[in-house]
Amino acid sequence: MKTETKAVDINRSIGDFAYPEVHVRDAGAGLSEKTIHYISDVKEDPDWVREFRLRGLKTFLEKPLPTHWASKDLEAIDFDKIRYYLSPGTTAKRSWDEVPEDIKRTFERLGIPEQERKFLAGVEAQFDSEAVYSNIKKAVGEQGVIFVGSTEGLKNHPEIFRKWFGKVIPIGDNKFSALNSAVFSGGSFIYVPPGVKVKHPLQAYFRINAENFGQFERTLIIADEGSEVTYMEGCTAPKFNTTTLHSAVVELIALKGAKIQYITVQNWSSNVFNLVTKRGLAHEDAEIKWIDCNIGSRLTMKYPGVIMKGRKARGEVLSIALANDGQHQDTGAKMIHAADETTSNIISKSISIGKGRATYRGLVHVPKHLKNCKNNTECDALLINSTSRTDTYPAITVRGTGNAVQHEASVSQVSAEQIFYMQQRGLTKAQAMSLSVNGFVNDLVRQFPMEYSVELKRLIELEMEGSVG
Amino acid sequence: MKELSVENLHVTIGGQQIVRGLTLRVPRGEVHALMGPNGSGKSTLAKVLAGHPDYEVTKGKVLMDGENLLELDPDERARCGLFMAFQYPSEVPGVTIANFLRAAIQSRLPEGEELEATDYYAKLYEKMELLRMDRSFTSRAVNEGFSGGEKKRTEILQLAMLEPKYAILDETDSGLDIDALKTVAHGVNSLRGPDLGVLLITHYQRLLNYIVPDYVHVMVAGRIVRSGRKELALELEERGYDWAREERAEPALR
Repeated sequence: MKTETKAVDINRSIGDFAYPEVHVRDAGAGLSEKTIHYISDVKEDPDWVREFRLRGLKTFLEKPLPTHWASKDLEAIDFDKIRYYLSPGTTAKRSWDEVPEDIKRTFERLGIPEQERKFLAGVEAQFDSEAVYSNIKKAVGEQGVIFVGSTEGLKNHPEIFRKWFGKVIPIGDNKFSALNSAVFSGGSFIYVPPGVKVKHPLQAYFRINAENFGQFERTLIIADEGSEVTYMEGCTAPKFNTTTLHSAVVELIALKGAKIQYITVQNWSSNVFNLVTKRGLAHEDAEIKWIDCNIGSRLTMKYPGVIMKGRKARGEVLSIALANDGQHQDTGAKMIHAADETTSNIISKSISIGKGRATYRGLVHVPKHLKNCKNNTECDALLINSTSRTDTYPAITVRGTGNAVQHEASVSQVSAEQIFYMQQRGLTKAQAMSLSVNGFVNDLVRQFPMEYSVELKRLIELEMEGSVG
Repeated sequence: MKELSVENLHVTIGGQQIVRGLTLRVPRGEVHALMGPNGSGKSTLAKVLAGHPDYEVTKGKVLMDGENLLELDPDERARCGLFMAFQYPSEVPGVTIANFLRAAIQSRLPEGEELEATDYYAKLYEKMELLRMDRSFTSRAVNEGFSGGEKKRTEILQLAMLEPKYAILDETDSGLDIDALKTVAHGVNSLRGPDLGVLLITHYQRLLNYIVPDYVHVMVAGRIVRSGRKELALELEERGYDWAREERAEPALR
């Protein structure tokens, strides 16, 4: 067998396992002020964070579920049954040898330490609520790059942390950003000093191991002037019969001339509600690019956004969503133009299989006083079966003149004749399907880093095998 | 016996009978032309042999080198050595010819064995040269935006690359101008040999000037009404299908 470079190994057949819980810290089921104080005590939060959390709780309780526009399936989440904080009670280790044995076993099975050695500049591994491992290559650390868990970032780098935390996504942005603000734990904190270009990607791996659990990581990335960084995240969870909630908040700040590339390949099991808020703030001539691949989960709601605050800032969202039977991928992008000569690009491709449902929601906003802004939006949907479903809800507001917006959408279907044609060449039905799907996403995947395109292709093959089988 | 053998085949689609007791043998190493008027069931036969799911075989046998083809899925038939050049080949959006053919060849290798990329491309370029196809073709998506001639050439390229034991060419000449026809015929002729049996389905005699068959069969109303050497095609061209139809009227009345 040829060995191939593996990126985040989120092969579901590998990901679907769980070890007995080892948690020392458990906030218990349900959400109240008591839960918040428990978390703040355990984490030794400063007062401002405790207050921030309490405001988050209040806002969360006040806001209704967004079922007036989003899926009613949200009502199936029983917030009283979820456990909001679980941790083994240890701090993140710098060496895999120090990570508790049973947790280390999980990440070894997922292939994380091996990938770190191969091609990553740094790795963080989160197990339920807290990071259990975080490390960056010495050379990268010596350049002044900070890459730690958010708990540690808050503790050791308060001056940077506090300045940017909650500034791009306010508590009340939506019900789930409020929930995250109340109970957040884990996630990455990254700071790249001016002019530093981190050559290899930094990677975080989020693992849910426990049942009836909610993971609420909070990631904050600041790329200082003229710096560059690529961050990748992978997520898995075992398949439980109960619901699991994953509700992260990710804030990116690209200062003048900086570039941030944020790559997600998630492969949640089909009991996970994945309700994530992601937004970046791009200053003058800065660039923020989201590459977002959503596979699995029961319901995903995620619309990565870029606020282009400075002149000539650029925002990009490239997303692929694959909705299999019983899954709903409600994804899209938000592009807020807030300065002249800003450009944004959205390319979204969705694939619906069986009774799977894919929804695209896009928001492009260009206010009246701006000049020479450009947006390009392309969204393409592929339906595999006649029972598959896709919907598109683009909202484009462009005021004033001198701005250019372009929108294209298409829906296509893999025909029975096409599959027969491919079978006649020797491909099995599943191979034919997965090659068709790969063809559909091909022009987009070509823009991804190599390791990710290989991984994504493999994941699509697995999905198709399972669905045709 | 190394042959593709069809015995007393009956086929229906949507309750309507299209093939009614067809018997035909194509030994390996021979080229058999199957001619017939529109609606005689030629293309149905091709699709049934390839395993198209819309058709129902109600009676009869199809054996390839003694193996019962009717029990196999379309892809299994293909991997056993059956190839069909489609009259109307499907587009496969976003999948390049190079990747498509690579996946097709890979599907024939034992599990765990990887196709050697350099050998593959060497062979691909050689076959493309044979069919006078530009190398840039390999990076175009299969049949996407192709002209009729390009589609047919791509079919023959696949035939050349997949090296089947039996090939069915369904109306490969349709929609081709004379130059494209010559190129395609040149491709097929260069693949002729003791290891390949060809069933050449065509409406017109014209193609047979360039691919000279060993035998000619005439199909009317779902069965073979006449078989003969290549001269039969010329006779048919001269006297028309009505003549063949009349010929079959007698036995049908029995």
